[in-house]
Amino acid sequence: MKPTQSIDFTFDGAPYSAIPGQTIAAALINSSNRILRSTRFENQPRTIFCGIGICFDCLVIVDELRNQRACLIELLPGMRIESQ
Amino acid sequence: MKNPDAIVIGAGIVGASCALALSGAGMKVLILDRGSIASGTTSAGEGNILVSDKEPGPELELALRSRGLWFEMAEEHGRAFELEAKGGIVVARHDDKSLMELARSQEQHGVTVQRLHAKELHELEPYLHPDISSGVFYPQDAQCQPMLATAYAIKRVIGRGGEFVPHALVTAITSDRGRISGLKTGSEEYSTPIVVNATGTWAGDIASLAGSFLPIAPRRGFILVTTPVPQYIFHKVYDSDYVSNVASSNADLQTSTVVEGTKSGTILIGASRERVGFSREVNIEILRRLAAQATSLFPVLRNVELLRFYSGFRPYAPDHLPIIGEDSNLQGLWHSAGHEGAGIGLAPGSAALITQQITGAKTFMDARPFSPSRFQMGAS
Repeated sequence: MKPTQSIDFTFDGAPYSAIPGQTIAAALINSSNRILRSTRFENQPRTIFCGIGICFDCLVIVDELRNQRACLIELLPGMRIESQ
Repeated sequence: MKNPDAIVIGAGIVGASCALALSGAGMKVLILDRGSIASGTTSAGEGNILVSDKEPGPELELALRSRGLWFEMAEEHGRAFELEAKGGIVVARHDDKSLMELARSQEQHGVTVQRLHAKELHELEPYLHPDISSGVFYPQDAQCQPMLATAYAIKRVIGRGGEFVPHALVTAITSDRGRISGLKTGSEEYSTPIVVNATGTWAGDIASLAGSFLPIAPRRGFILVTTPVPQYIFHKVYDSDYVSNVASSNADLQTSTVVEGTKSGTILIGASRERVGFSREVNIEILRRLAAQATSLFPVLRNVELLRFYSGFRPYAPDHLPIIGEDSNLQGLWHSAGHEGAGIGLAPGSAALITQQITGAKTFMDARPFSPSRFQMGAS
């Protein structure tokens, strides 16, 4: 399999591209999407905090599956990422 | 406090409620627990206060009264324990004949029921599987946060001059000429004319210490907890098999579907029942079955991940009725235990009933069906 130069994904419906091998979080930050979700009770914005899977602040919806840690999952071509 | 008017053993919801009622009758009450507040079955359930799962009879009468007491307590003290009349919906997956018969008989005994056609059902629970077309709504079904409720009751007992001693394992019960005289813990000795055994699944141990007997056994249950999600489930929703499982005496594994959301956004999924002693060994097959049943009721849950699960031991009495009353073998020893999966709901009613008996007041209902003597006749 040949490595491609960039892969396409969407965040909240808008198209973006990223370098293969990036995490979802890295790809989102790189495309200037800092706010990944808002909190349940007070609707406060959240972004990457620890970046290593411990704090659960960077939760997003990945292909309809909620509560996924953006900092741990490698971005794959065609992924539909949504803020939650 | 070395000479309390009464000692309650057990700081679960049943013991705490009992201590609250006794202190309300003017008694100085000491509460002992071998662990801490709500460290047994109280913290292993969903905080259910249900009338929907009870067939007409003494337990339903107690449950209705008890529900009233829960809401009286909430009126006095606001939101201390997250009491919520969320309502229960029982759905029939196939034939709804037995569910409708049960609803009719409950209605004749003071339960508010509302039969639901498919359209009404799906308006109340929009994520319910579209094939399910019949159910009954029970607006009286409620839920609370049982650990908070227990702590709240104990705090009020202390406010009335009572005391709570955690990590106090009762090692001996002392008596004098057929009457209780006190008890011993690892480090202390107390004298008292009244001991209430509210140790739930472990109540048989206390009865044995007193030279008596209670046939209470653990009936294990697992509950799955999902990650927090938007509100998909608006009531306590369960399938009509649940009622027959609760009432059954089978020792083998039984599962029925019970699904409900919580204020924090997680969804709780039950319920399994099996008699395997006090084993905590995880049976992955049970967890799988609970998850599969829940997704068949609410397909939206297929895309929701689980966060964790927990297990607990319901105090099971052979006839499924709680044991509330004075011991047949030792005067002054009282029991309030064996509430199985209904301890949260039945706690204030049981407390009122036992307090009325202890103080010689008129009881609000016939207490005889709950008497320990039904298991102790002929005991010496």
